[in-house]
Amino acid sequence: MNLLDNLFQNPGITEALPEEFLATLQMVGISGFFTLLIGLPLGIFLHTSSPGGLRAMPVTNRIVSDVVVNITRSIPFAILMVSLIPLARFLTGSSIGPVAASVSLSIGAIPFFARLVETSLRDVSSGKIDAALVMGSTRLQVITKVMIAEALPSLIAAFTTTLVTLVGYSAMAGIIGGGGLGRLAYNYGLQRFDTAVMVVIIVIIVAIVQIIQLIGDRLAQRVDHRTAATAGARQSRSDRRQAMANNVVGV
Amino acid sequence: MITVTNLRKTYRQGERTVTALDDVTLSVPKGSIHGIVGHSGAGKSTLVRCLTLLDRPTSGSVVIDGRELTSVKDSEVRTARRRIGMVFQHANLMDSRTAAQNVAHPLELVKTPKAEIGRKVAELLSLVGLTEFADAYPSQLSGGQKQRVGIARALASDPDVLLCDEPTSALDPATTEDILTLIRKLTQTLDLTVLVITHEMHVVKRICDSVSLLERGRIIEHGALRDIVGDRAGSLGRSLMPLPSSTADATLPELELLLVGETASAPILSELTRRFDANVNVIAGTVETLGGSRFGRLRVEVDSARPLGEITAYLEGAGVHVEVAA
Repeated sequence: MNLLDNLFQNPGITEALPEEFLATLQMVGISGFFTLLIGLPLGIFLHTSSPGGLRAMPVTNRIVSDVVVNITRSIPFAILMVSLIPLARFLTGSSIGPVAASVSLSIGAIPFFARLVETSLRDVSSGKIDAALVMGSTRLQVITKVMIAEALPSLIAAFTTTLVTLVGYSAMAGIIGGGGLGRLAYNYGLQRFDTAVMVVIIVIIVAIVQIIQLIGDRLAQRVDHRTAATAGARQSRSDRRQAMANNVVGV
Repeated sequence: MITVTNLRKTYRQGERTVTALDDVTLSVPKGSIHGIVGHSGAGKSTLVRCLTLLDRPTSGSVVIDGRELTSVKDSEVRTARRRIGMVFQHANLMDSRTAAQNVAHPLELVKTPKAEIGRKVAELLSLVGLTEFADAYPSQLSGGQKQRVGIARALASDPDVLLCDEPTSALDPATTEDILTLIRKLTQTLDLTVLVITHEMHVVKRICDSVSLLERGRIIEHGALRDIVGDRAGSLGRSLMPLPSSTADATLPELELLLVGETASAPILSELTRRFDANVNVIAGTVETLGGSRFGRLRVEVDSARPLGEITAYLEGAGVHVEVAA
């Protein structure tokens, strides 16, 4: 009881926490949005331009894949973050705050997500692509109606993983000026030895990750018809819903 | 009607040039089914990829109902492909689409109105006998049902030609029979030109009107089914109707007889017994009706005082192809 009272009187929790919680959501939200917006087309490009791909462009593929993606991915995020401060200032007009931090978060996550997208698309069998081509699909139709549609469960899983990674990165970004739960944990937990605040923050971050993962898994399962079990599960669930609806009407 | 003339396809493999198709010429009349058989590596898959323009042939031409396919510009390839319906070994359905949505796929590509798609899909599904499975996903269907959906999808763009690449190789015998019956039925009702690529001889025997044997990229035997089976020189006839295995005793002379058409129905062996006062013993044999004709292949032992030459001369005279077995 005493512990709880202390927690609710702690300014770190009553005043700073709600604000920093929103800052974290903002960072993950903004960078997640841009990662999806840029990373998905980049991943599609990596896959379709590879040798033997839908539109093979070996040289361009090599440059984008080896130079851009691999180099960005091999720079440790903490260093990437600091080195991108000028770019963040140029784009957002500020070098601190969650919006500025979203710049480096996006640039760190885009190549990561693009690689995951590339791997997901590679799992779509070439037979399905051939079938779509023979029925007269354009390349764009093959990408939207076959590749993305068939890989959707695994693309959702890839984006979920990326969002969870972004939650972790955002805590790191907080320390160099992004704000958010990461900075709060650092300021109170590490510098003021306020263990209670740190524990609360960790619990909240764990909860955010769990919720993202749960929603991601549910969505992926919903669109997955690849095995009889998952396709059937969906159907039996809707059957059950139908049965419940019928009951309600009956009452 | 599909006509393939002098089709060649070569690949570069490092320094070497590999010839996958060498001067392939064949012609299939409308409403008939042509089989292409050959071992793996014979060039069957390359032929399919050239016919569907997934690969461009090095030279030669493919003409479907008077329209040249090989010379079309890249921008017209898609329209050209819609004239060919393709059935794959593993159906290659989209897992994210229901049976009905899979059949609708080729129609969506050309912006067919929704009502039209609905009507057409229902019609195609009933044609392949899957009306009640319209909303099932491929993972909920059996192999044969998937192949039926694949056939319905191939027919959605009203093609002139149906190209079947090993359509039954992944199916069990009973399902194979169903699918072959369906292909035969559709060929007649829709007046299709069908090309079946297969390594299974019973598929050829069951539905093909004519057949080609592909070996190392060349067609080495081709013709109507009855001519091929009746041709004692070719190896394809023997593969289509092989003798059951037997153990030879070798004390008596053995003959191998190929009976075609009328002779297959005539009482040749009793006649032989009477005329030559011979004992004739059948060691192995098979009699089948293929492409509307009766064929028999028999291996017999002959025990007679008269010389063997007289016996074979008599048989040849009666229209039987005779070979003295070693």
